[in-house]
Amino acid sequence: MTAIAHPEPHTPTQTHAEVTRDVLATLGTPSRGYYLALFGAVGMFLIGLFTFVMLLKEGLGLAGYTPPVMWSVYITTFVFWIGIGHAGTLISAILFLFRSPWRTAVYRSTEAMTVFAVMTAALFPIIHIGRQWIFYWLLPYPNQRFLWPNFKSPLIWDVFAITTYFTVSATFLVVGLVPDLSAVRDKVSGWRKTIYSLASIGWTGADSQWRHYTRGYLYLAALATPLVLSVHSVVSWDFAMSIIPGWHGTIFAPYFVAGAIYSGIGMVLTLLIPLRKALGVEHMLTEYHFDNLAKLTLLTGSILFYAYAMEYFVAWYSGNPFEQTTFWRRAFGPMWWAGWSMIICNAFVSQLLWFRKIRTNLTALFIISIFINLGMWFERFVIIASSLSNDYLPNKWHVPAVTWADWGILVGSFGWFLMYFLLFARTFPVIAIQEIKEMIPYPRKHGGRH
Amino acid sequence: MAKKTVPGVLASFVHMDSAIEAIRGLKSRGFRDLTVYTAAPSHEIEDVLDQPVSWVRLFTLIGGLTGLTAGFGMTIWMSRDWPLLVGGKPIAAIPPYVVIAFELTILYGALSTVVGIILMARAKSLKGRAYHPSFSDDRIGIFVPCPPEQTPAVRDLLSEAGSEEVTVHGA
Repeated sequence: MTAIAHPEPHTPTQTHAEVTRDVLATLGTPSRGYYLALFGAVGMFLIGLFTFVMLLKEGLGLAGYTPPVMWSVYITTFVFWIGIGHAGTLISAILFLFRSPWRTAVYRSTEAMTVFAVMTAALFPIIHIGRQWIFYWLLPYPNQRFLWPNFKSPLIWDVFAITTYFTVSATFLVVGLVPDLSAVRDKVSGWRKTIYSLASIGWTGADSQWRHYTRGYLYLAALATPLVLSVHSVVSWDFAMSIIPGWHGTIFAPYFVAGAIYSGIGMVLTLLIPLRKALGVEHMLTEYHFDNLAKLTLLTGSILFYAYAMEYFVAWYSGNPFEQTTFWRRAFGPMWWAGWSMIICNAFVSQLLWFRKIRTNLTALFIISIFINLGMWFERFVIIASSLSNDYLPNKWHVPAVTWADWGILVGSFGWFLMYFLLFARTFPVIAIQEIKEMIPYPRKHGGRH
Repeated sequence: MAKKTVPGVLASFVHMDSAIEAIRGLKSRGFRDLTVYTAAPSHEIEDVLDQPVSWVRLFTLIGGLTGLTAGFGMTIWMSRDWPLLVGGKPIAAIPPYVVIAFELTILYGALSTVVGIILMARAKSLKGRAYHPSFSDDRIGIFVPCPPEQTPAVRDLLSEAGSEEVTVHGA
């Protein structure tokens, strides 16, 4: 994979003490801009909360649910957020197993992004089910009527996949944080010292701790690797297991996984480009890291390009008039704007990353990342809403309405996600102190490295 | 409750090769129960201490297998407990249950790995062993538990190896 190999081995040039100092500096007193961003995020979240209360009171009619389009913006946004999470696990677990040197500086923030994105996504099935107060019926628990969930349903697979994904990625994040929290504990004083002492659960970096920690971390990475591939496959089967034209495709699992990683790296770029400046870590998150992230975007974007082409090809080649109609209407039907937004933003815009000049220009990358976020949201909207809007009964065909309640929850989900991310960025080291130090050899009395 | 202090000598090193030399010297004199502090895991330290591979892997294996069994066990038992014919498939259909069993394998495997790390890391008590905050920054620390009569010899050995600071702890 071009994205993983790099011609020059890249070792950070700082000393251990400088790494601690620079990362700890990010935990200093927040600026006014930070508070503004945080208040903005909380405000957006409150819009979502208000919308949710209205949905509880009035029901899903507020969100424009009309048969046959009973899955629309909420499920689109659910898949969008689950997808965002995937880049984090790819970078923290898969690239860890590949011993890729560029992951070290970016993995902590992407892993946090994963946890918060999955937390956001997990709200959507609950918002979407209509009678939100009985969401726990999805879980297998002993109840009065001795009923159990239908384990043959992909929706129940999803419950297990997402619960597992959230638990494992949160565990992975916390386990990775412990040694770094001990480094913070040893530098701060007062009440902060008490809090970081409790959070670092007695970590001292003793050999007897590292010995088990490094092994355990390796196994966690090895478990998270198949998990990340499985979660979006299961999400894709929510669609592919049905017989709706435009959903019933065997390429759905790899197509969704590639899309998830692509969208996730889009979000990583959107978050990290402003963050590195805001936290003053430009020397730690360099052109080298962004170049590699961009290469990974190019790879997954190209896989998506191929998958889009294959979807149209298979629809034509199948000779199935329902499938053909669906795809014809995606490009030239009443929702052509959504269909083309997805193709242009994902398949075409990603191809700009063949040029090194663009890959290393952060302004260009940031703009491209916005297109990726938009494009991937549209991709899910096209797959979900446009496929449902022209099912087997042509007299029911209509363009799904997007109402204020859809926008309210969408805005609220961004607020919820950003709120947690911003709080995390000021409370915990966003760059993994311990792993950066692992790449910098301790000085030697007689010079040399090893 | 007064904190129990383990008597011994704590040395701080700037250079990796000095620390390795000190560990070798201590081991050759029969000091096996050392505690070496580093800010990041180090293969060199691991090699010189020559400890067996961690048992955490056993926790991962047992957790994973428990999850796998629980996944198939739960789905098959619950389907048979409330038999519902879905899509003409068998009451207990294995292929769709692979997904649940797979997810639970990962879930139990990961959680028991964490339990494993915590239990194994706590198996050797570090209570009362001297520590210094600079070890999580840029220094390498070696703590040698030893009775007071051996203290001068250990202190000299550590200083000779190149320790920048040696302190004696406990009575």
